[in-house]
Amino acid sequence: MEPKQEHKLISHADILLIVGILILAVAGLFAWKKLETPGAYVDIMIDGDSVKTLRLDQDASYEVKQQVGVNTVVVQDGSVTVQDADCPDKICEKHRAISQTGETIICLPHKLVVEIKE
Amino acid sequence: MEDEKRQSTVKDAHGQKNNQSQLNNNHKIALCGVLIALAMILSYLESLVPIHMAVPGVKLGLANLVTIIALQKLDLKSTVVISVGRIILSNVLFGNMAVLLYSLAGAACSILIMTALKKCRVFGLVGISVAGAVFHNLGQILVAVCVMENVRIFYYMFILLITGTVAGVAIGLLASFLLKNIRI
Repeated sequence: MEPKQEHKLISHADILLIVGILILAVAGLFAWKKLETPGAYVDIMIDGDSVKTLRLDQDASYEVKQQVGVNTVVVQDGSVTVQDADCPDKICEKHRAISQTGETIICLPHKLVVEIKE
Repeated sequence: MEDEKRQSTVKDAHGQKNNQSQLNNNHKIALCGVLIALAMILSYLESLVPIHMAVPGVKLGLANLVTIIALQKLDLKSTVVISVGRIILSNVLFGNMAVLLYSLAGAACSILIMTALKKCRVFGLVGISVAGAVFHNLGQILVAVCVMENVRIFYYMFILLITGTVAGVAIGLLASFLLKNIRI
């Protein structure tokens, strides 16, 4: 009853699978990077609905207030960060600044998406 | 010292007996409970050591170790029970309910692909684990795309493919080591 797969630590199929996934990942990242262009404005969305847009060429900050909590979106020198969030994981705060079209900062607990657009 | 030794022999004898006899229903239920507890502890331990990366969703997935072992040693039904039980309990106890949907979707995709690959019989534990990790990420990304109504999030998938593969290899190797050295 012992499965055969225990005999070998890593089979050829495993290696093919791993290599395949890695190639797919690198190709995907490369294709995505190619499509990237500097953005013109940042769109702040809650649950898919746009609540505010800010131009990237002027510094600004906008406080996104919701019942679940607050995130502050800051535009500085053409790039966007999220600061002062009271979500539990603070992943949005730790995210690096974004400036290219299509880049996003996402706060899952607050259902907030900050996306750069052309 | 003496006591410890005796205890371990008792445990060994017990393990052997279990191995010989068919897994009866009571044994299975008890084992599910123990594995749920183990998986909860592992995911809790993992949350104590956060990996700060620019991309959310990057993690080792220690709890997947339990899922893989359950899938190898028990049946699909028990594996689903263990995964769902672990996710609901950990989210209620330590996490926030907001991420429950993400965890469930990830686990569903992960178990689905791992069962399929196991049936293929060409893939080893490492391959199964890698596929499980990658599909866990995929499930979560798909939920995120639906919840946020934003397809751009899919960009993260390519990064998660890489980190998921690394985590999957690690967990797969760990699982084969454990399966060789422990009796369930």
